[in-house]
Amino acid sequence: MRAVDLATASLLILLGGVVVADSLRIGIGWGTDGPRSGFFPFWLGVIMILACAAICVQAWRRPTDRPFVTRERLAPVLKVLWPATLMVILITPLGLYVASALYVAFYMRWVGRHGWPAIALCAIGIPLLVFVVFETWFLVPMPKGPLEAWLGY
Amino acid sequence: MMGIENLFHGFQIAVTPFNLFVAVVGIMLGTIIGVLPGLGGANGVAILLPLTFTMPPTSAIILLTSLYWGALFGGAITSVLFNIPGEPWSVATTFDGYPLARQGLGGQALTAAFTSSFVGALFSIVLITFFAPLLAEVALKFGPPEFFAIQLLTFSSFIGLGGGNPLKSLVSIVLGFILAAVGLDIVTGQLRMTFGLVDLMKGFDFIVAVIGLFGIGEILLSVEEGLSFKGTPTGMNLRVVLDTWKVLPRYTRTFVRGAFIGFWMGFKPGGATPASFMSYAFAKRFSKHPERFGKGEIEGVVAPETAAHAAGGASLLPMITLGIPGSPTAAVMLGGLIIWGLQPGPMLFKEKPEFVWGLIASMYTGNVIGVAMVLAFVPLFAAILRVPFAILTPLIVAVCAVGAYSVNSRMIDVWYMLIFGVIGYVFKKLDYPLAPLVLALVLGDLAENALRQSLIMSHGSILILFERPISGAISAVALFFFALPIITPWWRRLRGVSVPAASPRET
Repeated sequence: MRAVDLATASLLILLGGVVVADSLRIGIGWGTDGPRSGFFPFWLGVIMILACAAICVQAWRRPTDRPFVTRERLAPVLKVLWPATLMVILITPLGLYVASALYVAFYMRWVGRHGWPAIALCAIGIPLLVFVVFETWFLVPMPKGPLEAWLGY
Repeated sequence: MMGIENLFHGFQIAVTPFNLFVAVVGIMLGTIIGVLPGLGGANGVAILLPLTFTMPPTSAIILLTSLYWGALFGGAITSVLFNIPGEPWSVATTFDGYPLARQGLGGQALTAAFTSSFVGALFSIVLITFFAPLLAEVALKFGPPEFFAIQLLTFSSFIGLGGGNPLKSLVSIVLGFILAAVGLDIVTGQLRMTFGLVDLMKGFDFIVAVIGLFGIGEILLSVEEGLSFKGTPTGMNLRVVLDTWKVLPRYTRTFVRGAFIGFWMGFKPGGATPASFMSYAFAKRFSKHPERFGKGEIEGVVAPETAAHAAGGASLLPMITLGIPGSPTAAVMLGGLIIWGLQPGPMLFKEKPEFVWGLIASMYTGNVIGVAMVLAFVPLFAAILRVPFAILTPLIVAVCAVGAYSVNSRMIDVWYMLIFGVIGYVFKKLDYPLAPLVLALVLGDLAENALRQSLIMSHGSILILFERPISGAISAVALFFFALPIITPWWRRLRGVSVPAASPRET
């Protein structure tokens, strides 16, 4: 817990540093007609650095420490996360509908060990429902791929 | 009475067949969203927001507020039947709701919960009806210093009253403001923190942040904790409902107390959760049988639910009158107003009265329809949680991706969503509150402009915030809240009281 707390606060300090540096570049003082663009972000960056430094001190002093996450409990999180990342990668070449169908099917089979009829129903039904609601009712277009092109959309 | 007349006009707008249909759909979806893990009110409103771009603004806001009421009702279902608080302000409802359900009295507990929600929300809406025009009238005289002072007050209340680690609340707020500042500075036309990357030029969309932080973050958290829904049967029928209603008048004082606590806490940001706990604690203290609390006492369901929903309603008051949302869900709705081309704030009452009064009237109709629908369809909604989580999880992730993409039709937003999801998961585990981050992201530009204009007015002196009477008073209260985390332990030590554990926080 402490390690992650320290790491997060350190990362945020780094971010604060970047913000301060960029604000100094564009000017934090008084321009011709008011505060310059860097004025507001500069102070945000400063507060960020100070607050995170204090959080680091707190974390360091805290006597008891429990683990941030155990290996067994992290496994299901990663099982959601990496297929989801894969889905997002696949959206560009395949379109959102096919990518989400593959994701639903993969996850149901891999984690849930569902039977193929149920998988087929969900993996086809969910994207189809999204298509009907978003694409046809509300005219909000989604990224499409070769399958949709072949079907004439 | 001006208010009554306007309200009547509002009802003519809200009670058209189309708008009633919209309300029913909104409550239906909202309840489903409230029941599902990982899909809270804020997130549901964010995903559906792009669908409203083609609708008339009044119908669109009715859809979103109905969704909000539905999500509030849905949270009660999971708390009572599954011991899973869907939202943090439902935590106190589980204390007595779940024991009641275990004893086979789930129907009674749910009826009490829904009725209390209804009463609490209605109380707030009545107050909104009368106070909103007055507050808007006052707010019309506000200049930039007053608006910035209100922003300060908003964020200071997260630090002073939010519970948890005040430093982490501060970091969340600042991070939200920093993310909001990324991209084009509309005042000077300068690019900030883009580092030459085209994708960063348009900045971060708060809707995408909400979907990532609350949707993906929440689902990661719930799979880590191991989703296991050991639901109890609902045991709901008309007889149970009527019998419970006969008992409920006994708790009139609890209702009134809860409604007042809820409204008072709720119009300040982050108020719903402390309000529900406070109301529960008061009910227990004043009860003749405090020992029954926690083992299945109807009053223990009534108290937190009334307060939570009164607070939920009250959080809409600053949104419509000042343009400052009181909760993440209200923040998303505020973003919706801007997208529909409306300027949130006191001018709305003058420029778009039909919108404002349609919205207020729809809060009445939405709640009436809502309580009737949830009472009638509880078993149906509860059945959603019996869907295996290996189907629910990918479904929610896929829906979040759809929502994130549809905001701006940009692929990069889907990536941001994933990143915000991981941030949400880590922040939640480390006790960084997410609500102030979202609010700061929404209000970032407004707050910055208010501050800059104030400084221009005073030629660079920050003291302008304290020199004008109204902004001075508000700023003073804000400073007090900022200092509260430092004062409280010192004050307690002075009185010789030990420091209690931090209360659970809002998300």
